[in-house]
Amino acid sequence: MIRFEQVTKILGGQKILDDVSLTIEKGEIFTIIGSSGSGKSVTLKHIVRLLTPTHGKVFVDGIEVSAAEGAELEKARSLFGYLFQGGALLGWMSVFDNVALPLRERERISEAEVEKRVMESLKMVGLENDGHKFPNEISGGMQKRAGLARAIIHRPQIILYDEPTSGLDPVTARTIDALIHRLNAELGITSVVVTHDLQGAVLISDRIAMLVRGKFVEPSTPEAFIKATHPDVRAFLDAQFIPPEGMAGQWQSAVAVGSKTPRTKE
Amino acid sequence: MRFTRECLYADCEETSLYQLIQQLFSIVGRGTLLTVEAILLFPYQVVNHRARKEFLRQAYVVGIKSLPVVTLVGLFIGMVLALQVGLEMRRFNQEYYIGAGVMISSLREMGAFMTGLILSACVGSSMAAQIGTMTVNDEIAALEIMSINPVRYLVAPRLAAMMVMSPLLAFYSCVLSVIGGGIVAKTQLSVPFMTYMKIAVDSADRYDLFVGLLKALIFGVLITGISCLEGLRTTQGAVGVGRATRQAVVVSFLMVLVVGYMVTRMFYTL
Repeated sequence: MIRFEQVTKILGGQKILDDVSLTIEKGEIFTIIGSSGSGKSVTLKHIVRLLTPTHGKVFVDGIEVSAAEGAELEKARSLFGYLFQGGALLGWMSVFDNVALPLRERERISEAEVEKRVMESLKMVGLENDGHKFPNEISGGMQKRAGLARAIIHRPQIILYDEPTSGLDPVTARTIDALIHRLNAELGITSVVVTHDLQGAVLISDRIAMLVRGKFVEPSTPEAFIKATHPDVRAFLDAQFIPPEGMAGQWQSAVAVGSKTPRTKE
Repeated sequence: MRFTRECLYADCEETSLYQLIQQLFSIVGRGTLLTVEAILLFPYQVVNHRARKEFLRQAYVVGIKSLPVVTLVGLFIGMVLALQVGLEMRRFNQEYYIGAGVMISSLREMGAFMTGLILSACVGSSMAAQIGTMTVNDEIAALEIMSINPVRYLVAPRLAAMMVMSPLLAFYSCVLSVIGGGIVAKTQLSVPFMTYMKIAVDSADRYDLFVGLLKALIFGVLITGISCLEGLRTTQGAVGVGRATRQAVVVSFLMVLVVGYMVTRMFYTL
């Protein structure tokens, strides 16, 4: 579904991504972790062509987004929902209008249909009673959920999450994790999550990859990831008190807090 | 070619003179592309009812919200002009012709010039700050990902509103300058108000009015183009927004001066 082919990105003279090759399969939750400034968000921005690789190619669903222009790029972008760190809601619009924006601007549908779909979307993220509020009247967690409602309103095939749980308390963070897991399970959406939050990553991911000095340490399942011996991965895990026997087995109960249909893993 | 916003994440932190010149041309080129693309998107502003609403909202922000400042500045510019020139003219017993002086200078230069400066300071700065804040908060990137062209959604209605309101404000400021001059002529120079007005109206020339309004239109385009570009180029959070706002105002001021002279030179030859 998403493929990086020998992607290198140089920003300000510094190599942020170094000859990265990566494949993300349809329907999986793929988590990218790494320390601050390691290039996680840069990786996400390449997928939606907010950035263009210095070298290499990025493909999404067969479209080379790194070279796409005009209608082709628009078509590729229509596959995506993108949750930004701060939600990126437009401040002068209510939550409802923010969520309705992609429909009103891009799709020729009646206002009644817009209202129906916005309410569905808001309900999915638990904000059905907060549509009238403005972004500065709601909490950070609610802003992220509103951003997520906007990201899923046009029924995307892929959702990219940029630090979905950063700055949130642990309970809200787990609620967001559960939401990501639920959307993936209910709508069959491919999810790419960029996070520092290793606990959340272990709970919801199908595969986890760590970005170290511009390169991905071999992507692996959460169970294998927490047993990794790579020194940088180990240091990251140890800093978050995740022992090799870890918490991968506990994911089901934790995720089930906010999920209607907890996934079963092999 | 379309305007692209990748400069926001530009790979350039160049230092050599050649690269700085290259950057300068790149910025001018991007500004031109941005403005041209916004103008080409004007038909959408007419066809789409939401875009029309946004245009009206921007016209209100540009026009109505600037009215108090334009009113005061227009009045006082006319009063100062009448006083300064009138005192000199009185030495030659020509103070009755002060109306002509105020009218011509307002129509040709002061109306458009003062409106340009006011719009740079009030409207241009707010455009740069608003779009800059949206940029650093990823709101512009969010629009791009939703396939909503930020130029169509944000720049085009602002540009259209400025192109309509700037000449109107310039004309309004001319009218107030003449009235302000009349008040000073009557109270300080003892010139009857009706005599002042008759001479002022007689000396008004359609050509001067046309050049003045054209200047105001060009200033409107320049201020919007510069301010929106600075907003879209903003990086580095709150500091960046401050820098973009200052840059937008300074560059707009300078362009109003330089381009104002160039247009005057084009239309008035010795």
